[in-house]
Amino acid sequence: MKKLFTILIVVMCMFSMTACSSSGNSNNNNNQANDVQAIKIGGSGPTSGDYAEYGNAVKNAAQLAVDEINALGGVQFVLNFQDDQGDPDQAETAFGTLMDWGMQLSLSTTTSGAGIRVSPLYEENKIFAMTPSGSNPLLTLKGDGNNENDYYGNIFQMCFTDPNQGIASADYISMNNLGSSIAIIYENDIDYSVSVYNKFMEQAKNLGLNVVYEGTFVDADTDFSVQLTAAQQAGADLVFLPIYYKHATYILNQANTMNYAPIFFGVDGMDGILGQDGFDSSIAEGVYLLTPFSATSPDSNVQHFVSEYQSKFGSTPNQFAADAYDVVYAMYECVKAGNITADMSAQDICDAMVNQILSLTFTGVTGESKWQANGQVTKVPMAVVIHDGAYTDPQ
Amino acid sequence: MLFLTYLINGISLGSVYAIIALGYTMVYGIAKMLNFAHGDVIMIGAYIIFFMIYKFNLPILLSIIISILICLLLGIIIERLAYKPLRKASSLSVLITAIGVSYLLQNLAQLFWTSSNKIFPNIISNGSFSFGSISISYLTIITILVCLLIMLVLTLFVNKTKIGMAMRAVSEDKDAARLMGINVDRTISITFAIGSGLAAIASALFCAAYPAVYPTLGSMPGIKAFTAAVFGGIGSIPGALVGGIMLGIIETLSKAYISTQLSDAIVFAILIIVLLIKPTGLLGRKVNEKV
Amino acid sequence: MKKFSMKKLFSFLFNRKHSNMTISYGIVVLMYLIIEVLIKTNNLSYLLTSLLVPTCCYIIVALALNLVVGFSGDLSLGHAAFMGIGAFVGSAISNYVYSLVPNIALRVIVAILAGSIISGIFGYLISIPVLKLSGDYLAIVTLAFCQIVKSLLNNIYLGFDDSGIHFSFINQNFTLDGGKMLINGPVGSTGNTKFSNFTVAIIMVLFTLFIVFNLINSKYGRAIKASRDNKIAASSIGIDVIKAKTLCFVVSSILAGGAGALYALNYTTLSVAKFDFNLSIMILVYVVLGGLGNIPGTIVATTILVLLPELLRSLSDYRMIAYALVLIMIMLISNNETIKNSFNSLIGIFKRKDQNNA
Repeated sequence: MKKLFTILIVVMCMFSMTACSSSGNSNNNNNQANDVQAIKIGGSGPTSGDYAEYGNAVKNAAQLAVDEINALGGVQFVLNFQDDQGDPDQAETAFGTLMDWGMQLSLSTTTSGAGIRVSPLYEENKIFAMTPSGSNPLLTLKGDGNNENDYYGNIFQMCFTDPNQGIASADYISMNNLGSSIAIIYENDIDYSVSVYNKFMEQAKNLGLNVVYEGTFVDADTDFSVQLTAAQQAGADLVFLPIYYKHATYILNQANTMNYAPIFFGVDGMDGILGQDGFDSSIAEGVYLLTPFSATSPDSNVQHFVSEYQSKFGSTPNQFAADAYDVVYAMYECVKAGNITADMSAQDICDAMVNQILSLTFTGVTGESKWQANGQVTKVPMAVVIHDGAYTDPQ
Repeated sequence: MLFLTYLINGISLGSVYAIIALGYTMVYGIAKMLNFAHGDVIMIGAYIIFFMIYKFNLPILLSIIISILICLLLGIIIERLAYKPLRKASSLSVLITAIGVSYLLQNLAQLFWTSSNKIFPNIISNGSFSFGSISISYLTIITILVCLLIMLVLTLFVNKTKIGMAMRAVSEDKDAARLMGINVDRTISITFAIGSGLAAIASALFCAAYPAVYPTLGSMPGIKAFTAAVFGGIGSIPGALVGGIMLGIIETLSKAYISTQLSDAIVFAILIIVLLIKPTGLLGRKVNEKV
Repeated sequence: MKKFSMKKLFSFLFNRKHSNMTISYGIVVLMYLIIEVLIKTNNLSYLLTSLLVPTCCYIIVALALNLVVGFSGDLSLGHAAFMGIGAFVGSAISNYVYSLVPNIALRVIVAILAGSIISGIFGYLISIPVLKLSGDYLAIVTLAFCQIVKSLLNNIYLGFDDSGIHFSFINQNFTLDGGKMLINGPVGSTGNTKFSNFTVAIIMVLFTLFIVFNLINSKYGRAIKASRDNKIAASSIGIDVIKAKTLCFVVSSILAGGAGALYALNYTTLSVAKFDFNLSIMILVYVVLGGLGNIPGTIVATTILVLLPELLRSLSDYRMIAYALVLIMIMLISNNETIKNSFNSLIGIFKRKDQNNA
């Protein structure tokens, strides 16, 4: 009998607790929404766990933008950024939390896998979302993503899609004759790296680029000596790295140790490599990357953003932060232009925002952006080369 | 020739696994507990060395010594607060607590030092010895030497000193050891302290080879070291060295000659096969069960 | 015909042998009723609604793991792999038969059955090496199995269109003409339709309980427990230890596979990354906190631990720290002699009262 009692008591307590907390919360929030005239922006990303630095970059930069906008007077925003650890399941519960909070606009998710999961939910609930860094085409396209015209319509991207990056990289390498023999090292347990790789290979074949070695690794790997040795043996003079900068740091370091000095060519995931505490920028000398954002750009907007971010959070913002900062400002422009107010329902806001975003030409810290109806951004990818610890124009 | 290069790459990687596995296996051998928080003590050690060198400009050796001392202390605190109250509980309860401690350390590290990557300073010169077209980096040689040294010292310590003998007694039979007047609690605490100190040494060499410091740094080495320790026969000190180096070589060669995509699958398949042929690992002792 | 009497029913339900069973079924049915009432009266938050089916999946897989860890006494770190196999098979089958089988219920049953069976086959295959080992060596082989499954799943490309099923390994070397990708390497499976609902999930939980209790209370169940408590003594009186443990392991993998399929059908996407070592550890945490071999405890502990991180969201940056602390505290408190004793004496008061009533 004792088990029966204890367990029943526990179960009852639990249910009363959850039931009360949930209904209590939603009531409170409804009141709040009426009192404070601020538009509620939700969003999720990994702020703890393996990918925490990406989620935190987005969270910090979005908060910075919200604070700046609120300080201007006029339109007011309030940001609620939930942790999803980059896990689709947690992104879905984070979405639930945000729905219960009364989210009206959203930064969707930071990572692609999580974003693909919540996109149908944003469509179902008619909430306008723009992801700063979820680069997989499936965030905005339905089904397998093969049909460019089958899209959600209320979900937009601030970053390039993965296939675009793959194609643009191959084009750039071919146009500038950067390498005659190309090796590729990519991470085959994340969709980002694999989908950039796939499109790069396709385009490389079209352009007649000579790919001599393909190696992969998984997130937990730290040792790249095999891949680098094999690339060196195959005579590669350019190594394409469609990966995040954490692993790129290991690769550059190990290539340096073994005196292998090809041209390394990265995509936007490589951005942030110079911002790491204690990074010896000499090992990244001559690294090319395609990125929409350069923390060392002389542009006054960029300089303002970088110095504010540094003084608030103590580190140099990377591409994730820049994209998130731009998303909030792009939303701000649409809200102003569409006369959107906090007392409108999320559905009405969504319709008005979609109208505005399609006619918007936005200039932010990641350059000039326009959006297509299928949610993808049109931006000019910028190739930079690292020289003396700063991004410089290759020409 | 290429094969030799790969083999040396494998040995370098393996020596790093081995040095982490040593601390793991030491704790397991005496306290009979899988310390899943071991990898996270390595992470803390790496942060401390990073801050000592980068922020306070201390000499390398001094930084490592400070890191060893802090990790030692951390090991004792964790043991006192989280493991000692569970001395009589099932080994699984301790395992879960260790997982809790591991989460706690990771998230505390993130809170204090943020989640952004820090690059570990270059503590060992980049140079290498060359023999013809083959070269072995100083780092690999130092790592292997340190492994051998630790192995030697640990073996001597366990076999020759009074505390070491107490440790062996505790590992054989806690109750009998208690009857012989051995302070079992203290012995286990000392084991943990030593294990954590070893984690600090491992962190210096691990990060010298793979110089990025971040809060979840310890989880990968944790799993790999566990695998290496079991491979060599968990609880066996020379086994950790052999297991680590074998693991490194197998991983590297399967990446080089079979497939980088499937290297994980191949490594673990080989592990299963080895355990089927030798169920207690390469150098593990067979314990006869009695009714 | 036996005369029906409340007293007899009561004593049947709450006697020593059946009380665990009654409590377990009771908790699940009670949970279901409370939730249904909350849903019907629109009082359940969006968040909790989205957690209903996953909670049931984790309850099933925790019950399955409890068979191996609690009853059989073997530490398995590979149950995430069984769940993953069940999930991918279930999702692939449900997508493949989408147009062939119009009836949703039938489709769900086919998908879950397929997931369970394939997972069971893998369970049998891996049990051959696994059960020859013991202790931590057994644990590492199951962990290795988990890593192998994850590594292979990351490299599988499977799709179908009008011209049939296409499969490739490591690199995708086919393009689909219409049709659908079933497994797309690390991206996994996307664009699925949700089929699971809370009622289906609760039926699965009840079915799992039915199987688990039948197994435990059968001849094999007693053999399994005997071999857990003393392997050598059990085999000396003629119990086929390996056979009993194999049965237990295979049943466990079948249930975990079914849970995986149910999980897959509840989401629009499925990714390989989910089914890693960390998931295995999470499930183990549910089992250990619930109590080894304690079925009602497992149900309650799983429910609490699935909800806990969500309930801690208001702590924002301190959420995972709080979660880790709760984990450690529960382990320390539940193993603390003084607290245990005072708790028991508190329950003793209830117990005595109860005896007086009876």
